[in-house]
Amino acid sequence: MLLSLDAATVRFGGRAVLDAVGLDVAEHEVVCVLGPSGSGKSTLLRAVAGLQPLSGGRVLLDGRDQAGVPAHRRGIGLMFQDHQLFPQRDVGANVAFGLRMHGVARSERDAEVGQLLELVGLPGAGRRAVASLSGGEQQRVALARALAPRPRLLMLDEPLGQLDRSLRERLVVELRELFGRLGTTVLAVTHDQGEAFALADRVVVMRDGRIAQSGTPLEVWQRPADAFVARFLGFDNVVPATVAGTAADSPWGKLPVPEGSAQGARTLLVRPAGVRLVAADAGLPCTVAARTFKGTHVTVRLRPGDGPRLEAACALRDAPEVGDGVGVEFDAAEIVVLD
Amino acid sequence: MALPVAFFAVFFAWPVAAIVARGLKADGTWRFGRIADVVTQPDIRHVLWFTTWQALASTALTLLLALPAAYLFARLDFPGKRLLRAVVTVPFVLPTVVAGSAFLALVGHGGLLDQLWGVRLDTTVWAILLAHVFFNYAVVVRTVGGLWSQLDPRQEEAARMLGASPLRAWRKVTLPALGPAVAAAALMVFLFTFTSFGVVQILGGPTFSTLEVEIYRQTSEVFDLSTAAVLTLVQFAAVGAILVVHAWTVRRRETALRLVDPEATVRRPRGAGQWALLTGVLVTIALLLVLPLAVLVRRSLDAPGFGYYRALANGDGGTFLVAPLHAVWTSLQYAVAATALAVVIGGLAAAALARRDAGRLVRGFDALLMLPLGVSAVTVGFGFLIALDKPPLDLRQSWILVPLAQALVGAPFVVRTMLPVLRAVDARLREAAAVLGASPWRVWREVDLPMVRRALLVAAGFAFAVSLGEFGATVFIARPDNPTLPVAVARLLSRPGDLNYGQAMALSTILMVVCAAALLVLERLRTDRTGEF
Repeated sequence: MLLSLDAATVRFGGRAVLDAVGLDVAEHEVVCVLGPSGSGKSTLLRAVAGLQPLSGGRVLLDGRDQAGVPAHRRGIGLMFQDHQLFPQRDVGANVAFGLRMHGVARSERDAEVGQLLELVGLPGAGRRAVASLSGGEQQRVALARALAPRPRLLMLDEPLGQLDRSLRERLVVELRELFGRLGTTVLAVTHDQGEAFALADRVVVMRDGRIAQSGTPLEVWQRPADAFVARFLGFDNVVPATVAGTAADSPWGKLPVPEGSAQGARTLLVRPAGVRLVAADAGLPCTVAARTFKGTHVTVRLRPGDGPRLEAACALRDAPEVGDGVGVEFDAAEIVVLD
Repeated sequence: MALPVAFFAVFFAWPVAAIVARGLKADGTWRFGRIADVVTQPDIRHVLWFTTWQALASTALTLLLALPAAYLFARLDFPGKRLLRAVVTVPFVLPTVVAGSAFLALVGHGGLLDQLWGVRLDTTVWAILLAHVFFNYAVVVRTVGGLWSQLDPRQEEAARMLGASPLRAWRKVTLPALGPAVAAAALMVFLFTFTSFGVVQILGGPTFSTLEVEIYRQTSEVFDLSTAAVLTLVQFAAVGAILVVHAWTVRRRETALRLVDPEATVRRPRGAGQWALLTGVLVTIALLLVLPLAVLVRRSLDAPGFGYYRALANGDGGTFLVAPLHAVWTSLQYAVAATALAVVIGGLAAAALARRDAGRLVRGFDALLMLPLGVSAVTVGFGFLIALDKPPLDLRQSWILVPLAQALVGAPFVVRTMLPVLRAVDARLREAAAVLGASPWRVWREVDLPMVRRALLVAAGFAFAVSLGEFGATVFIARPDNPTLPVAVARLLSRPGDLNYGQAMALSTILMVVCAAALLVLERLRTDRTGEF
């Protein structure tokens, strides 16, 4: 393993911000840590970088314990949340900084900087002032700067956090492609699930300093480990239920569940696509409370006569008006019994 | 950290301890009753009373006259604003003796007002109060105006949209935000005027005497060192109390204000009210800040063919052992040495204080550093006089004594100038450099130094100006055959005769020009206007 965390713990005051976290990152792997703000994901990066001393546990790089190794000797790249470009240096000097620190000769440095700027899509920008860059350009320079000393592990803290949506979606594809081409090992943190799923080979969901779930984007998306992960991924139809066979007793009545589901008192996730709207006199009677246009579909918020609100997804032409009475039926294929 | 601590221990704490011992210890026993004895003497009580009320009056008068100017500089845009800002700041860095002579030339015997209308103020308290306003005008304009210019006007607009009248919006939104800055400025002015020495020494005559002047009188005229020591302790306690309150208000000022670029908040004056305000402020500045200095220069040129200036080059006046002009050279040498000392000591202290992981102890040192500034130069000079005159440290004969005292007074300015800049360096910028492979030393050289270079120059300039004009401490310890400029001016003024008076004016003019030049260089270097000085 390139990077291993072994029961890594960081306490601020009495509070454990990182609570016995174990995590492995293999060479050439892109791992994304996903979690709400305050879940300890930035602290995780700082602990690996050597900027935050551990209260307990170990950080190992290539199997070697990093305790006592200062940040500048770990050979790790870190791209900061708001880039932290050196304001008094131009773009080229920013990118060259790490090379200078590692004693690379000037001529070699200049060639390297030129290549890196080309790589991140800013050819010939070396003499530009940092202040004149747009947000997206700063992000590219920060990436080039972090890549320049050829770190064995590249860490990204909310790499696209401050950029606008369309730019973010474009850059995430570019990053993925770039890391694939260079074979870079990456550990990134983000609070944006779309970003994490698009970027990562493996997603790690964090909650309150602990790891709540780890798996490929598809695994996590299809089978969230618990109610917290499900809600964090944006699912609202999460309720307690009692499962017996292929039926579950829920606040919305009897719901069908897939065969082989775990039995007994469980948490039930009903994806919006599994909530089908039918005529008002069939199924569970509901009133339409709100509807939100989402581009490809419409999200409809339903108020049942009994039980918590329900979210349904339907095509635009089928969407009922606010205040309409509708019936609801459930699709077992879109219902997940959480462990 | 160790070097600044040692410096302050030897050259500040020890002299202060010596003062305590001298004042309260007789025949080897402590006598705390001495404090009560001294303080209850009628003439001392009079001094205490005068010191306090003149400081209060000076502060009130300064606020009254300078707050409109603070608004003007913060919110209005008009041609010549930069120049006016520099003009307002000049008096603050001028030596007290220059201000003293300038006001003497304006309102004193044979002064401009005397010639025109037969009005003399040099025997009244008004001369002192006006001179104090002259000095501290810039303190209020810069501290309050600096913050005011960065307050987001949209906050007031938000209050207006919620139904507040303009006046009410100002009272409820701007005033509370400004309050701590006004309080901090007022305390600063109170502190400076409470410990006023040079101005009162020159303008107060025999009638008016502050604690500082009394300490000096007890030492150099009455030779009652133990009374002087007790008075120093009283002053020490008062200043300590003021500084604690000041530190508290400063901390409150730093809390959670949304600040914006000052450039975005200014606009051209509009309406009769704003034009009247602009005119009023300009007239105040002209009469109070510019006129005294103009009269000073005019006076120095009274003798035909630069007579007073030429007289400075002669050593036969009997007032000095050397030609007065020699004092210029002495002063410059001392100032260079003092600046170097102050920058090294103050810079190291600021670097230690700026560290984010600095503990309570270190931060306590921050407040301690301000003490020499407030505790007044006279205390420093007096302390040096009685503490450094016997082995192991006998520096009486050494030239370094004067620069040491001046560095002690100048170092807090260096810390104050450097600290905000060092603290403003984003810690994550240092981390970014570390992650890219920079060792801690390289981080400092590559990240911190380029950012503080300018502040370092400004700090050095301040230390230079401070030590050039330093009077209170220097007057105690400067050797008679080697006076500095301010000491020479004071000595010339204390002697009768037109020639001495004219020479004092000429020497003051020289001092003013040097200090003003230093300041103008600083103004060009300075980027932020939020610094405390």
